[in-house]
Amino acid sequence: MHNNPVQGSASHGGASGTQAVDDMSRDFAFTSKIDHIVAWGRKNSLWPMPYGTACCGIEFMSVMGPKYDLARFGAEVARFSPRQADLLVVAGTITEKMAPVITRIYQQMLEPKYVIAMGACASSGGFYRAYHVLQGVDKVIPVDVYIPGCPPTPEAVMDGIMALQRMIATNTPRPWKTNWKSPYEQA
Amino acid sequence: MSKLETLKQNLAGKFKVENFKFTHAVGDDILEVPKEDAPKVILFLKETGQFDFLMDVCGVDYPTREKRFDVVYNLFSSKDNSRLRIKAQVGEGESIGTAIPAFRGADWFEREAYDMFGIIFDGHPNLRRILTHHQFVGHPLRKDYDANHQQACTTSLPIHFNNEPGSPGNVLNDKYVPLNIGPAHTAMHGTLRVMAEMDGETIVRCNNEIGYLHRCFEKMAETHPYNQVIPYTDRLNYCSAPMNNIGYCKAVERILGVEIPAKAQAMRVILAELSRIIDHTIAIGTGAMDLGALTSFFFMFGLREQVYGLFEKLCGARLTVSMTRVGGMAQDAPEGWYDEVLALCKEIRRGTDEMASMVLDNKIFINRTRGVCPVSAADAIQWGYTGPLLRAAGVNLDLRKATPYYGYDSLDFDVPVGTSGDIYDRYLVRFEEMRQSVRIVEQVCKNVPGGDYTIRDKGIVLPEKKDVYGNIEGLMNHFMLIIKGLRPPVGEVYDATEAANGELGFYLVSDGSANPYRLKVRPPCFAIYQSYPTVVKGAQLADAIATIASMNLIAGELDR
Repeated sequence: MHNNPVQGSASHGGASGTQAVDDMSRDFAFTSKIDHIVAWGRKNSLWPMPYGTACCGIEFMSVMGPKYDLARFGAEVARFSPRQADLLVVAGTITEKMAPVITRIYQQMLEPKYVIAMGACASSGGFYRAYHVLQGVDKVIPVDVYIPGCPPTPEAVMDGIMALQRMIATNTPRPWKTNWKSPYEQA
Repeated sequence: MSKLETLKQNLAGKFKVENFKFTHAVGDDILEVPKEDAPKVILFLKETGQFDFLMDVCGVDYPTREKRFDVVYNLFSSKDNSRLRIKAQVGEGESIGTAIPAFRGADWFEREAYDMFGIIFDGHPNLRRILTHHQFVGHPLRKDYDANHQQACTTSLPIHFNNEPGSPGNVLNDKYVPLNIGPAHTAMHGTLRVMAEMDGETIVRCNNEIGYLHRCFEKMAETHPYNQVIPYTDRLNYCSAPMNNIGYCKAVERILGVEIPAKAQAMRVILAELSRIIDHTIAIGTGAMDLGALTSFFFMFGLREQVYGLFEKLCGARLTVSMTRVGGMAQDAPEGWYDEVLALCKEIRRGTDEMASMVLDNKIFINRTRGVCPVSAADAIQWGYTGPLLRAAGVNLDLRKATPYYGYDSLDFDVPVGTSGDIYDRYLVRFEEMRQSVRIVEQVCKNVPGGDYTIRDKGIVLPEKKDVYGNIEGLMNHFMLIIKGLRPPVGEVYDATEAANGELGFYLVSDGSANPYRLKVRPPCFAIYQSYPTVVKGAQLADAIATIASMNLIAGELDR
């Protein structure tokens, strides 16, 4: 954590400035560090909710399994209840029929919450350009990280989770999320 | 005397046989009857014991014909392992009688034909949509429905029940608690939805809804050339993807009338049996996890990863291998692959025994599963069960023995059969099947035949890459096959293989073009899951979860 730049903090320990300013900057630094510490904690204790509907769900089980062991990334507590999870892993095809269900699951999750679309189907409908398949889960819920592959290898899933962890650690703003409106809320 | 002649004599006198048409296509017996007679003929064949399984009911659309739809019934007899296809023509807006009085298993298959084609079945108690959502308009598998026309769904259906005779239908009883489990529920597998009415812990009524993973496999198959359908078949049963490849390719090869080389057959047998093993590891691992034993999940996935490792070496992919091609395999096995398989067989054997002692000898597991939600042999046949669940109920039917393919008849293995059909027996059968599969793999691996891994028919199989880039003939061959596609002759075929869950059948209609005209999958889970409300009625809620785990439902093939 100490290697990362602290967001919005005044520089401290610099060459210029009096002792008083230094103290003040340390105070400022301390408040911004809380954000940082919280982000660090969040990044290292993701509680994923596997929304495994299809093939990707099986491959996500491999990621949780003994060989790849997602526990190494602090994301070992898989919870099947949206109230207890902060990371929704959409692993598998989402059909039109499933769309209202996954929207409700997402709404039931508490902030801060993140979404990973794992695999081609969840990201874009994949090679199912078909009448009953939602062409990407981002049509109904906002997605943070897309993982390519059909299904992605466990290594790719881990890469996706690390990408999300970087995003959380640096508090990278995600404008699409604040502007996001579910199609069902509009209706 | 041929089978059809015998059938003709049996039917004569009872029916107006002169209106029937007895034909033959690619080794299958076909009986075409007027639609008024179809349910009666099926009932007669069932009652006289000539055919005891109804494997599949499906529709085929011919928009230009006067009577637009074909309703196709696939029957199977476990006595002499023969098959019969009954076809009846139904026009737009017309109806045909239901086959439920003869076979309970016709229930969901007819609902599906209604959903996909709009064929109306008279006397069906619940003729509602099954795969598409309730706001869907039209019937997607009709030829005039655009494959890419999506229709948004904004709500989920509330708890509802079937209108079986004597039941209050959708009216909820004030005395009982309605309970919705799934989809995406802590206790439920992904896309399954179970709705129950509870009296305390006891299930009074139960209903299940599917279609949450309906990925339009059949429509996709109709809009893609034959070889491009193979990756779609991977994603039917993604726990044992190679078996679906093999089933599909076998059906196409049969309609083409080609025999694949001995080496390709051996490779397919090895792939199929390894897939059966990993499919059962998932069924057992997650099944025990549903009963609270997390260790089994980690243990079984450790075993599974090793098999994945071999798949990766063979073709580069782990889960969805797409390893077969029409006419053989995509490529040869790498050097020393068979030895690695043999080495792994020892591991699997040891792991299976260890796991069996961990699960089957566990007192908690025994108490939770033994005598719970049993299915009798007669019921299992009525519902159209196949595979481990049918054998757990005590019926010795395995297509590898009944109608051997790829040299299974020359291999030495046993078919495990249960006695009571309860959950414990289902796991017992699965464990034993894993051991038998290891036996098969070892036998095949020890003497893999030499020769080519695919046929070299220029109209079917793409040339090797060195020819494509190396000489003009190979390049032209490649070009023509990609542009024109392989084109089987006009005709139809039903071909079945013994997949991990049971009979995986492909009913293929070809009109001579590069795409299948109609491809209907007969998924084993579909017939099994429709019996679920009946099986768990009166059981405890926790037993219902154990039952759903033991059925090993794979949503990909359930909803297609």
